[in-house]
Amino acid sequence: MSQFTINLIFVGASFALYFGIAFWARAGSTKEFYVAGGGVHPVLNGMATAADWMSAASFISMAGLIAAGGYANSTFLMGWTGGYVLLAMLLAPYLRKFGKFTVPDFIGDRFYSRTARLVAVACLIIASVTYVIGQMTGAGVAFSRFLEVDNDTGLIIAAIVVFFYAVLGGMKGITYTQVAQYVVLIIAYTIPAVFISLQLTDTFIPAIGLFSNHTESGMPLLQKLDEVVRELGFRDYTADVDNKLNMVLFTLSLMIGTAGLPHVIIRFFTVPKVADARWSAGWALVFIALLYLTAPAVASMARLNLLSTIYPDGPTAQSIEYAERPDWIKNWETTGLIKFEDKNGDGRIELYNDTPAFEAEATARGWNGNELVVNRDILVLANPEIANLPSWVIGLIAAGGLAAALSTAAGLLLAISSAISHDLIKGTINPDITDKGELFAARVSMFVAIVVATYLGMNPPGFAAQVVALAFGIAAASIFPALMMGIFSKRVNSKGAVAGMLAGLISTLVYIFLFLGWFFIPGTASYANTPDNWLFGISPLSFGAIGAVINFSVAFLVSSMTEEPPKEIQDLVESVRYPQGAGKAVDH
Amino acid sequence: MSDHNLNAQQYWQANLRLILGCLVVWALASYGCAILFRPLLSGIHIGGTDLGFWFAQQGSILVFIILTFFYAWRMNKLDEKFGLEE
Repeated sequence: MSQFTINLIFVGASFALYFGIAFWARAGSTKEFYVAGGGVHPVLNGMATAADWMSAASFISMAGLIAAGGYANSTFLMGWTGGYVLLAMLLAPYLRKFGKFTVPDFIGDRFYSRTARLVAVACLIIASVTYVIGQMTGAGVAFSRFLEVDNDTGLIIAAIVVFFYAVLGGMKGITYTQVAQYVVLIIAYTIPAVFISLQLTDTFIPAIGLFSNHTESGMPLLQKLDEVVRELGFRDYTADVDNKLNMVLFTLSLMIGTAGLPHVIIRFFTVPKVADARWSAGWALVFIALLYLTAPAVASMARLNLLSTIYPDGPTAQSIEYAERPDWIKNWETTGLIKFEDKNGDGRIELYNDTPAFEAEATARGWNGNELVVNRDILVLANPEIANLPSWVIGLIAAGGLAAALSTAAGLLLAISSAISHDLIKGTINPDITDKGELFAARVSMFVAIVVATYLGMNPPGFAAQVVALAFGIAAASIFPALMMGIFSKRVNSKGAVAGMLAGLISTLVYIFLFLGWFFIPGTASYANTPDNWLFGISPLSFGAIGAVINFSVAFLVSSMTEEPPKEIQDLVESVRYPQGAGKAVDH
Repeated sequence: MSDHNLNAQQYWQANLRLILGCLVVWALASYGCAILFRPLLSGIHIGGTDLGFWFAQQGSILVFIILTFFYAWRMNKLDEKFGLEE
């Protein structure tokens, strides 16, 4: 059976499963459409949250990022998990007690202000749209590589699949498909990792293999990797970073950004009780950790595997001849994600760190520049081929990558469409709309959101590559502080909240635009994006945490100079703090 | 102030203390052991590297899981103790 047929069977079978679930879990009311009826078991919600959270970036890109950056990129591992601790203790239980449908719902009610609600809607839409584009392009890439269609066709297939279960089932359909998608993606991620760990370290569990001995050399794996990369002029894999302030702030920005992302928060509205929201955050973290503990192992092992392929006799000996390169390099060359150029004309592939510091050594070895450029996103996708695993594992990876992209896309699209139908249409334009009318509006909004996301996926605007800066920056600087103050302070009033959100949002955006270009238009950056130019060495991607501090400070300052919130708002804050009676609050 | 209010206030204070304690551990594991104190912990070796690297790529995630479950468990106890459970 050809690889194409195998891929088709795996992807087709997983899609048939999603369609089946979608048909079974149709939504009949707005409550089912927005929060799956509020009856999802906490463990299942944990699983759905894990799939909702782990996107094409987690599945496809994260191991590649860590492989390239080593210790320095541990920020992603800590940042994208540590946020769940904040979510579990600072937001999820209280927002569940509040018992409504969307994040702007809470901000609008707690700060008794339509402006606050609209600012929250704007932040939600910018963050989620930026995020969803990456999912759509990720799905397009996975389709084009594994099903041999062009990128745009792949994207349209992905959009039709999401359309089917998201429009029909809303949150209810999305929840149960996400559970299935989690199972598919975690199996797909784990199996190749287990094989590679066995090959390199004789250890069955990759997370343990990472800290075990490399079988071939008898040295600890990480020491071996340090040694190999050092010979080729790269920084040690485990080397410490110099700019610790930036590393701390970047991790913090990712954590509070994670806790403030609306598509993650709304998942906790679907469980029956406040206590379930707390447990559910723990389960989500367990299911996320299954992948996040494997990813750093995949990263270091794949990097070692790649370098051993190029330098079969060790990094100080001759590299392989281009004519004798393995099939997987040929396969990925056709996609343009691996590029080779024989700069010194010796017919061999030389891969090394092409920097001035290493130039003398490179010249001495007769090298004339790095010759192989490997896109770091292919690391996970190419992993089974690099390790010579059977072809069904490749089919599994295809289905897993698509599951990761589609599950996150669906969650984001629901956050966007509910903000439009619930916060804009029912909350602002037409408050008297019937439940049936709102359900119809929600489905139409979902349809429009999918069409827009598909179009943007085909023609990605400049900001699409800035998910970390835009989505996490805005969630950290604007949404997270507003929610937290709404729960933990009775004193912050509408003026303070609006001023704080705008101050956090604008300061963060301006700092990003200064270095990455105004509105991300190429060539408009005010300063070159280098550490020398950054304020106190803080990168634009790490500014979300500073934006959050600005938000808190402005909100408290403005609130202290203006009137206290009315009595009924203070009572509302009281009521979200105590779990009793959450069941009743849902039926409003 | 009525008994109910007093009770509720004590519950909220207990919750805040618990959150604060958990966040100290949260910060110590990630910002402390994995980043800022890594040079101080470099003498402790684990699997071919140092303790700070382990915390950065594995340890802090395990600490996060324990913390969230610990918090959920303690809060359920508090809910019961103050009679605020659903």
